Amino acid sequence: MKNNTKILRFTTVGSVDDGKSTLIGRLLLDSKSTFDDQLNSIERSSRKKGFDFLDLSLLTDGLKSEREQGITIDVAYRYFSTKKRKFIVADTPGHIQYTRNMVTGASTANLALIIIDITKGISEQTLRHTYISSLLGISHAIVCINKMDLINYDQKAFNSIIENFKKIKSKIKIDDIKFVPISALIGENIIKKSSKMKWYNGKALIQYLEDIEISHNKIYNYPRFPIQCAIRPQTFKQDNFRGFAGRIEGGIFKPNDKIKILPSGHSTKIKNIQFDGRILNEAFSPMSVIMTIEDDIDIGRGDMIVKEDSLPIVTKEIDLIVTWMSSSSLENKKKVIIKHTTRETLAIIDSISYKINIDNFENIENIKCLKMNDIGKISIKTSSPINIDKYENNRNTGSLIIIDINTNETIGAGIII
Amino acid sequence: MNANYFDHLSELESEAIFVIREVYSEFENPVILFSGGKDSILLTHLAKKAFYPAKIPFPLVHIDTGHNFPETINFRDSLVNKFNLNLIIGDVQKSIDEGLVKEENGINASRNYLQISSLIETIEKNNIDGAMGGGRRDEEKSRAKERFFSHRNEFSQWDPKNQRPELWNLFNGKKNYGEHFRIFPISNWTELDVWRYLKKEKINLPSLYFSHKRKCIVRKNTILSYSKFISLNINEKIIEKEIRFRTCGDMTITGAVESKAKNYDEIIKEISMSKYTERGGRADDKRADSAMEDRKKEGYF
Ligand SMILES: Nc1nc2c(ncn2[C@@H]2O[C@H](COP(=O)(O)OP(=O)(O)O)[C@@H](O)[C@H]2O)c(=O)[nH]1
Repeated sequence: MKNNTKILRFTTVGSVDDGKSTLIGRLLLDSKSTFDDQLNSIERSSRKKGFDFLDLSLLTDGLKSEREQGITIDVAYRYFSTKKRKFIVADTPGHIQYTRNMVTGASTANLALIIIDITKGISEQTLRHTYISSLLGISHAIVCINKMDLINYDQKAFNSIIENFKKIKSKIKIDDIKFVPISALIGENIIKKSSKMKWYNGKALIQYLEDIEISHNKIYNYPRFPIQCAIRPQTFKQDNFRGFAGRIEGGIFKPNDKIKILPSGHSTKIKNIQFDGRILNEAFSPMSVIMTIEDDIDIGRGDMIVKEDSLPIVTKEIDLIVTWMSSSSLENKKKVIIKHTTRETLAIIDSISYKINIDNFENIENIKCLKMNDIGKISIKTSSPINIDKYENNRNTGSLIIIDINTNETIGAGIII
Repeated sequence: MNANYFDHLSELESEAIFVIREVYSEFENPVILFSGGKDSILLTHLAKKAFYPAKIPFPLVHIDTGHNFPETINFRDSLVNKFNLNLIIGDVQKSIDEGLVKEENGINASRNYLQISSLIETIEKNNIDGAMGGGRRDEEKSRAKERFFSHRNEFSQWDPKNQRPELWNLFNGKKNYGEHFRIFPISNWTELDVWRYLKKEKINLPSLYFSHKRKCIVRKNTILSYSKFISLNINEKIIEKEIRFRTCGDMTITGAVESKAKNYDEIIKEISMSKYTERGGRADDKRADSAMEDRKKEGYF
């Protein structure tokens, strides 16, 4: 099985001024994802600001208000590619008041790019953000130790940051961590290995990004096909056709597989799998396909096709680690809407167990509510059963969002534990 | 298992199709905003794949400024025919005639801004609650923060500071009466991805996208197609050039590039080496550094 993804989605982690924007600007520039008209525009702005160098961080600046304040306040997505891979960067702010944005950026990422300013060391902000990445199931990290030019490319300083970082490693669950000494501003160890740091025997940053294998082994044990909608052409020729459209959110499906339809529990077999009129021998995550099944039963959006030999939990009671995203706080017995895969249901907050102090990763018990940007453990009860996996086993069926009944806003992000 | 045939384009395709099907399921009256450009043509093809063997369950909405390239209109009509679609036209000329909007004057006059009110009117009149567009995040810097599901209030405005967080692939399309969503299924595609995919899928495009000879004028470093909608400055001359277009907006503002690229391969090669973004030739973006953001807040595509 070939696991390596062709698209690598990563999120950036770092505190203000550590050089995050400069590094991304550098990656865009050096992979030639930057065009001359953009460069001219940042050259003009750099000059206006009185800089005598190219302020690469301007390349990644987004909205007007942020430009005025000179800070990043939302998640912005950037794109670049090399011959080997396409990269999607979720560029997220590091301030504590933007925890919700960090969570958002990390939710779709496979890798965290952590940036540390060597002259300042590891900040609290970076620790928090690293912790959030691990909470969101990111199992690969590259730690870029930046501004090496300011300390004369000194190996000892680099090593001591690694030591410090390893001390906190027991608290986070990121299996694979690499360390790269860089200068984002000058471009050392970004695209090519730097001649100024001969003592470093790892790879240049881009090579790590290109080569890191994102394994999806786990997800293959949890074959899941949430149905988005039924397909009924209702034309004379196709009168009998009845298929179910969706994206495979884990595992592999083949024609003749024994399946169960949840939540009804009906057992049947896959008749065929097709896409755009082509019949497929198999379909795997993350393919969007249409399935037809042997029995003519009434199923539709919100139902899930799973394989008999690996069933999710069908339940109305769910324990979650939730990130609260609304300015009105989360309180016990609040009624909400849950969206899980393609299913929506009403739910009620059944209990709030603890809040996580993201500075020391300890739990604060006996709390009454969660406020905006708080992360904590809660239990909910849904009005109808949903088909869940643990987040650590399958991100797609182990995550849900909480929607406010009155305002329709997305107010919480839930990780099923 | 051989995952080799599932390349990065397949992954982008699958993601877009997932989003398109969510739109179909979550909205009552969803449409495809069709500009005639390659991105909306791509979107229409993805919609076909998402539901085949059923037909595309969305009408196309075209905001016609009256200044479109004839090639665009012909192409639109043949696509509508091919997929047997409904076409809803928002007529900017009519809005002008009815005095609902006022045309810009002067040499750089364009109807780009007027599209906004026509679009909003069309959305309201047809009770559209989900409008899909071919916008991509790599196009322009304010788009980099755009969501897949982008909420618009009852005045069709976008509030970039108060966007709903978008987690995993769980899209929240809930809204109050009178509000709607703009949805961008190909958010994660770059210009190069689009071209590689068009080639792989052998999708036809209007001839404007390929190199051809055309009567042009050069205005502020932008090559514009000469047409009856353009009034000349005294010292401007009409010259014939070998050009192609990288986007297809209004004839009055869409800049061409000098190019000999006649087919997909040549275009892909050209873009990979290009020094200018595809919007680099658009006079509407040059008005101010935040021109796009300002227009988007008011309800632009
Ligand atoms: N000397 C040096 N300065 C850097 C380097 N990377 C970034 N900087 C500077 O550090 C400051 C903050 O960088 P910026 O990218 O805006 O940080 P952000 O807040 O993390 O996005 C700017 O003045 C950069 O020019 C580096 O590698 N070496």
